Amino acid sequence: MNQPTTLFEKIWNAHVVAQEADSPAVLYVDLHLVHEVTSPQAFTGLRQKGLRVRRPERTVATIDHSVPTRPLSFPITDELAAKQIQQMETNAQEFGVRLYGLDSQQRGIVHVIGPERGFTQPGMTIVCGDSHTSTHGAFGALAFGIGTSEVEQVLATQCLLQRKPKTFEVRVEGKLSPSVLAKDIILALLSKIGIGGATGHVIEYTGSAIRSLTMEERMTICNMSIEGGARAGMIAPDDFTYEYISGREFAPNGAKWDESVRRWRQLRTDDGATYDKSIVLNAQELAPMITYGTNPGMGIPITGHIPQPEHMGDSSRKLALEKALAYMGLQPGKPLLGQPIDVVFIGSCTNSRISDLRLAASLLKERKVAPNVRVLVVPGSMEVKRQAEMEGLDTIFKAAGAEWREAGCSMCIAMNGDQLEPGQYAVSTSNRNFEGRQGKGGRTFLASPLTAAAAAITGKITDVRTLISN
Amino acid sequence: MTQFQKFTSRVVPLLINDIDTDQIIPARFLKATDKLNMGKNLFADWRYLPDGSPNKDFVLNKPENSGAQILLAGDNFGCGSSREHAPWALSGFGFRAIMSTSFADIFRSNALKNSLLPIVVEPQVHSELITLVQNTPNASLTIDLTNQIVQLPNGKSVSFPIDSFSKTCLLNGVDELGYLLRFEEKIKEYERTHS
Repeated sequence: MNQPTTLFEKIWNAHVVAQEADSPAVLYVDLHLVHEVTSPQAFTGLRQKGLRVRRPERTVATIDHSVPTRPLSFPITDELAAKQIQQMETNAQEFGVRLYGLDSQQRGIVHVIGPERGFTQPGMTIVCGDSHTSTHGAFGALAFGIGTSEVEQVLATQCLLQRKPKTFEVRVEGKLSPSVLAKDIILALLSKIGIGGATGHVIEYTGSAIRSLTMEERMTICNMSIEGGARAGMIAPDDFTYEYISGREFAPNGAKWDESVRRWRQLRTDDGATYDKSIVLNAQELAPMITYGTNPGMGIPITGHIPQPEHMGDSSRKLALEKALAYMGLQPGKPLLGQPIDVVFIGSCTNSRISDLRLAASLLKERKVAPNVRVLVVPGSMEVKRQAEMEGLDTIFKAAGAEWREAGCSMCIAMNGDQLEPGQYAVSTSNRNFEGRQGKGGRTFLASPLTAAAAAITGKITDVRTLISN
Repeated sequence: MTQFQKFTSRVVPLLINDIDTDQIIPARFLKATDKLNMGKNLFADWRYLPDGSPNKDFVLNKPENSGAQILLAGDNFGCGSSREHAPWALSGFGFRAIMSTSFADIFRSNALKNSLLPIVVEPQVHSELITLVQNTPNASLTIDLTNQIVQLPNGKSVSFPIDSFSKTCLLNGVDELGYLLRFEEKIKEYERTHS
């Protein structure tokens, strides 16, 4: 009888090509996603060494970080961005890699289009030069971010050198209260374990609350695993997973589909398998969350109070909190409710899918954005944009006074001209509230699409539950 | 990759926890398509004032720290994005080793591929180093990777862990891609049996 193993171990073991003594494993990569920011130096490396892309058909490229999202903002006026995007086009053409380029009607954020087109499938190893690659773990894949040297390694060999990470079970049991979303689960987890709490580990999310989430909600959770330092986040596939994948462009079909689903059903942690670490959250106890500081672990329930430095225990954590509050211009011990804001950003690989936009629109419908608040709604892909427009969501956003944009990373990383001004406050559905992340001097509150929409309407941090009549 | 050799240098303390890669190099500098001149944008938003002039209060701008090759950082250095521009900027600036109680996984992996040594020390040793740098600002440390020790000015030395593969790669200047390419037959075999 085989030793019981975890989901992670099953996928890991199935992808080890070689393992020499005292060396990391040579791990095979099934799907390599590529974007314009972290790949140019890797392609240059290939050229210098006279190497080719080993498996172009397992490599998929898009442009998302540098690309403008204002309609009619082409040609691109930012010279560096234009050059970087042009370089991606040249590299894709020269090395025979499929690219969803500027003129593609399927382009979008790499972690949105991977699942959307059906590239992302259970049991796969998936990498990308982007830390939010953990998103794809929602399908029961082992998916993680890599650096540019590793991008070059995968392009050349379809393999990576990896040390086996440890495992961390995050079990979420029970039923979520109304207006508490997947984003609130992950922000609550991060507030408990901290920004380095999962370093060296692969998280597997389990429990009844996770099982009842849709695929898009699962992606939101796995997406932010990296914010706890995790190597990856994953969720065992189930009927929701197969239903999502079925019929997508690059999904298996016919007899291959049945065979795939049979294989995918084996992808679960065996009874009796153990994790190196574990934590249990009660879904019922969770409230809408919001961050107050400069890393995603600095979060509180929306009705909570900003922590006080003197309660932090060790001196370095006290110092970190003082520094964060000074940057944010916030007072310890005070509530965040009522804090005025300048900008609302609804988008990013965390929360830019159709269900996120539907939620935001449900609140903004027949309401107006508060005066002096700028609201950007940026769909994760051109496909999401089309779907939203078919459902009339764009009309709701525009009627409310929000800006309706083209697909891209936009203000999550502020590389494309969409950015905060110094000192501005934003409620953002993105994943990082680091200093300057959304623009130099900008100050970010991370929250769910509902909490973001609530702030858009009132112009201040608001408990969305007070705007929803039962 | 260049061979990592024993060296002695002053230490710059940057004792902030959870320094993320957006601080190490802000995203607006990631539009480059090469690795050149990354050092000038290292810690750009802390190092320069809004008008672009150097922030005299920032530790890297203090004249006495000029040329230092060792950075002593707070816990969990390099968290956040996977950008390899972070070690490119640190190396470009002249750093050869970073000391902390812990490093984010992707940063650590990226650093090792760029002859930049992430040295993990116990919290106790970290505190000792902080005291040392505070009491003797011009103190120098010697980093000896072969013997996996850091020599302190008082004659004491502390050992640090590193896996033997990374150590061999650093000391011999071995490029991981070169190592991987040797597995061509095994990769072919894997592809034959797993298609």
